[in-house]
Amino acid sequence: MPETMAPPHTAAAPARTTPRRSGALPTARSRRRYRFVLAALVVLAVGFGWGLLAWDNPMPPGTPGFWRIAELRGTSVVVMLVVAFCQAMATVSFQTVTNNRIITPSIMGFESLYVAVQTAAVFFLGAAGVTAVQGIPQFILQVLIMVGLSVALYGWLLSGRYGNLQVMLLIGIIIGGGLGSVSTFMQRLLSPSEFDILTARLFGSVSNADASYLPIAIPVCAAAGGLLWAHSRRLDVVALGRDTTVNLGLNHRAEVMRGLFLVSLLMAVSTALVGPMTFLGFLVATLAYQLADTHDHRLVFPVAVLIGFVVLAGSYFIMKNVFYAQGVVSIIIEVAGGSLFLYFILRKGRL
Amino acid sequence: MITLNEVGKSYGGDVEIGPVSFEIPTGGITALVGPNGAGKSTLLTMIGRLLGLDTGAIEVAGYDVASTSSKDLAKIVSILRQENHFTARLTVRQLVGFGRFPHSKGRLTTVDEEVISRSIDFLNLGDLEGRYLDQLSGGQRQRAYVAMVLAQDTGHVLLDEPLNNLDMRHSVQMMQHLRRAAEDLGRTIVVVIHDINFAAHYADHICAVKDGKVVEFGTPGQIMTDAVLTRVFETPVQVIQGPQGPLAVYY
Repeated sequence: MPETMAPPHTAAAPARTTPRRSGALPTARSRRRYRFVLAALVVLAVGFGWGLLAWDNPMPPGTPGFWRIAELRGTSVVVMLVVAFCQAMATVSFQTVTNNRIITPSIMGFESLYVAVQTAAVFFLGAAGVTAVQGIPQFILQVLIMVGLSVALYGWLLSGRYGNLQVMLLIGIIIGGGLGSVSTFMQRLLSPSEFDILTARLFGSVSNADASYLPIAIPVCAAAGGLLWAHSRRLDVVALGRDTTVNLGLNHRAEVMRGLFLVSLLMAVSTALVGPMTFLGFLVATLAYQLADTHDHRLVFPVAVLIGFVVLAGSYFIMKNVFYAQGVVSIIIEVAGGSLFLYFILRKGRL
Repeated sequence: MITLNEVGKSYGGDVEIGPVSFEIPTGGITALVGPNGAGKSTLLTMIGRLLGLDTGAIEVAGYDVASTSSKDLAKIVSILRQENHFTARLTVRQLVGFGRFPHSKGRLTTVDEEVISRSIDFLNLGDLEGRYLDQLSGGQRQRAYVAMVLAQDTGHVLLDEPLNNLDMRHSVQMMQHLRRAAEDLGRTIVVVIHDINFAAHYADHICAVKDGKVVEFGTPGQIMTDAVLTRVFETPVQVIQGPQGPLAVYY
């Protein structure tokens, strides 16, 4: 290159001792920090997981009786893993394709849809209806309804002349609010006993989850999560916004649609499994970006999934062994997630 | 070479672009100038396939932008929009690294790293490459974006108002960088510019756009006349001879 290209101050700079590399974690310090965060999260996750299986277990560890009790509790740990995986992968990807760090899939009316389906079942079928929304066919039906509705909504909104995400999100909020109102209206008309049954089902609860759903839920999550993982380098680009994505040679709309489809699949499985978890996704994604401190999805995804599991297992452990109220884990997550949400918005001062 | 053939775009109602037919020659800097709302940026974004065309065709280096796959076009033409806001927190080097995506699909090789380093040094960002974008001044950030599109290593580079929000000193530096990119790296650069004097001094060709049509195309010497500029900008303009070429005076 000609000499004019290197101005004096650059030319005089001392020779670099380290090779210039681009990587997702630019400095040795950030790499150490990431490894520490990952290790700490693994330790916490294993700790809480083991705690849930072994704490208060009347049999001495290692005996057949101990394992039998642990096996019974193991289902809820697996459910927590599935939910943490779904919520973490879905929320991080959703925030990437919608190019924001505040809105989560819950805002697309997912949870309202779940509440509406459950309420409608109890409303129209009575207390007997609760049993009607259990079982594998109903689980699949519920997932299909949710994915179908969201894909129809995305497809319609993103292909037409309203092809922008703000409009889509606004319509998502309106549909969510509308479904919420319909549900509230139906709940008003329920008898107290029916309402009681419904409320118990609407609290996000890993202890309510039906283990017979897992053989379907796990492969679906693994497939959707695997695809998101396989496309994580593309997601890195999509996070830069539409114009940059197109400039770098990707079909932005295809990337967004695929991302949203996989997100709706993951969210549908999670919601159908344990009910609404409004702030879990936000909590997980926000903490993941804070702790991982990188834009690289391959590094953010594992941190997010681990945080999700630690939060779920941790709050479940606390609710079960400190407050003796294991049915309402979502309360503690809503409190922690909601506080973080407020703190984050007040500190940043913008969306 | 960029060829526009009967290119049109309508926004329903009376606002429309085209039909426009003209050629941007290979090499050097071509400046698109014209009044606000004339369609300069629209034309640029259509060439960069960020915006579809309603009628006509655009070819960049012989490739039709509508039918060539976006993946291949990303190695032929790069475009930088005026507003760039990323939710992701990136260092300068990470940002410039994204410019290599069309070539490496995100797996940076040693060659990619070299191109990135060269691109960063080219824009004098060597000392800042580890900084995060939100720690930079507007001028430095703008240089980082330009470094990204240069790292993309395309023959044609489209820049939408690269001098926007830059002060005198940074505007001059930016134009000198672009000049060197055109001369030393052999890139064909198309810029939308508001300051006609910058265009006259640094560009090889000036293309005047008005009401969605190309009304003048020529060398700065041909465009920098009282009559042409007054007609294009609909405001009285006088061209005087300055110490470094013609100057438009219009205050």
